[in-house]
Amino acid sequence: MSAPLIELKNIQKHFGPVIALAGVSFEVKAGECHCLLGDNGAGKSTFIKTMSGVHKPSSGEILIDGKPVTFDSPRDAMGAGIATVYQDLAMIPLMSVTRNFWMGREPEKRFGPFKFIDFDKANKVTLEEMASMGIHLRGAEQAVGTLSGGERQTVAIARAVYFGAKVLILDEPTSALGVRQTSNVLATIDKVRKRGIGVVFITHNVRHAMAVGDRFTVLNRGKTLGTALRGEIKPEELQDLMAGGKELAELEGSLGGTI
Amino acid sequence: MTDERIKQVSALRRAMIRPELGATTGTLLVFLFFLLIAGDSGMFSPEGIRNWTVVSAQFAIIAVGACLLMIAGEFDLSVGSMIGFAGVVIAILSVQMGWPVWAAILAAFAICLALGWVNGMLVIKTGLPSFIVTLAFLYILRGLTIWLSILTTRQTIIGGVKDVAQNDWLAFLFGGVVLKDLFAWFADIGLIEKFVAGTRAGQPVVEGVPMLVIWALLLVAFGHVLLTRTKFGNWIFAAGGDAQAARYVGVPVARVKVTMFMFTAFCACVFATCQVIEFGSAAADRGLLKEFEAIICVVIGGALLTGGYGSVIGAALGAIIFGVVQQGLFFSGAESSLFRVFLGTILILAVILNTYIRRMITGER
Repeated sequence: MSAPLIELKNIQKHFGPVIALAGVSFEVKAGECHCLLGDNGAGKSTFIKTMSGVHKPSSGEILIDGKPVTFDSPRDAMGAGIATVYQDLAMIPLMSVTRNFWMGREPEKRFGPFKFIDFDKANKVTLEEMASMGIHLRGAEQAVGTLSGGERQTVAIARAVYFGAKVLILDEPTSALGVRQTSNVLATIDKVRKRGIGVVFITHNVRHAMAVGDRFTVLNRGKTLGTALRGEIKPEELQDLMAGGKELAELEGSLGGTI
Repeated sequence: MTDERIKQVSALRRAMIRPELGATTGTLLVFLFFLLIAGDSGMFSPEGIRNWTVVSAQFAIIAVGACLLMIAGEFDLSVGSMIGFAGVVIAILSVQMGWPVWAAILAAFAICLALGWVNGMLVIKTGLPSFIVTLAFLYILRGLTIWLSILTTRQTIIGGVKDVAQNDWLAFLFGGVVLKDLFAWFADIGLIEKFVAGTRAGQPVVEGVPMLVIWALLLVAFGHVLLTRTKFGNWIFAAGGDAQAARYVGVPVARVKVTMFMFTAFCACVFATCQVIEFGSAAADRGLLKEFEAIICVVIGGALLTGGYGSVIGAALGAIIFGVVQQGLFFSGAESSLFRVFLGTILILAVILNTYIRRMITGER
């Protein structure tokens, strides 16, 4: 296997007296989908915010391509090729798909002393990139508000990929979606992985993780409970690890099915 | 793969669902209404047209600023007070202190831009709603205006600007009249009547296009192109649509908002300068309620009060509706107090219609 694109070693994060992360280690390699699982409050959000430059770790090391780095802002992380797609903050619904896709990095063309957005190019690229992710839009000028939740996630993913993300962090991309939409997003993750991008897929849904994950890391109460490769672990075991104990197993027995 | 549940959208419907649709319809209705009830009152004679064009242009100038600022997600309630303040600054500097008028005008612009910057920085740094911050400046500036005026001249009206501004090049840019030759020709071929008696006998009754109207057209064109065609325009939408999402992708939200506060102040100063040069005086109560009138134009024009959505063309149409209704009621001899009733009604109808149009565009339910 190749060297990790990004490696986080023994990350700790304290907020005053609260220890949100008590030593988490994690890595992503090119072309893999590494699932980060954990129940609510396990520290998933704090951890990805550390990885994407929002928080600075209290202690621990972040290595990119083997070299230690520190991120002072999300911009630093983006500059290093780490893109994060947040569940709710990805898109502005009132703006068109094109305007969202290029927001902050609009292509321009000169017209005398003035510079205008090159909408021909912007629309064309947007439609192409969305098509390569399997979504055929009626027009790039339609408002993002008209898209479904899964399509919005896909716009954000396509945007990150187009602008050169090496590591793509997806924060619970499937948690608010229906079955069809979820499978679309999972298919998109697979496409992204095949392009050699390292995907960090945060979820608390074991079935979604098992569908695309190459590796699984479980977070509980701010600590990693271990990392397993695909095929080494069963869904039930992951579920037990996430819940951190036996109660869930018993509950599952009495319900007679999987959660 | 297309979704079979998405209906094909006809070209007509696509052409219709634009933010300006409500304002366009409103403008047509308002014109139709006054053509019917005041068609023979002189409202649509050359003089009548100039009358409501000038009033509409005044509204348009401040509406452009308010529109871009509202789309960027903020309000400026200090616009009216700033108009009064800028006017008094120009009059005091030129008449009382003997500055050349052009220097007084430039100083007023510098002060207004600085005030816009202060408004913006206060909103950004404190995180307070711009409603509160600029409400404070509504009072601060109005108070300062009256105080300065009384301090220097012992009255709230400062006259004498006309004399000092006579041959000033910059004053002409705000109070002059252009295209005089064209209008003289209009009069020669009979499109416009000529004065038959008095000192101006033989001259056309409408001598040309006031610079105020030119300013309105330029600002509307500038605002529209900036908003819809440029990178900065995209940032204006983004800053108002969702500031946090915009920041995540690297949009300098603070800079965009502060710039828009300054632009709004610039528009207020254009308004103030035109008014001072035209009247030849400044008065401490000028610009009263203008901030609300600007916001009404913008909202009639289809902008969303919460930001992120709107149109400069729509705001300009809102200004035309405002001006035509105000002057039209005067021409048709209606009780002038009814103007506000009419305005309130139009405002409610416009907002209801625009909410509906916006839902069609964005697919919100």
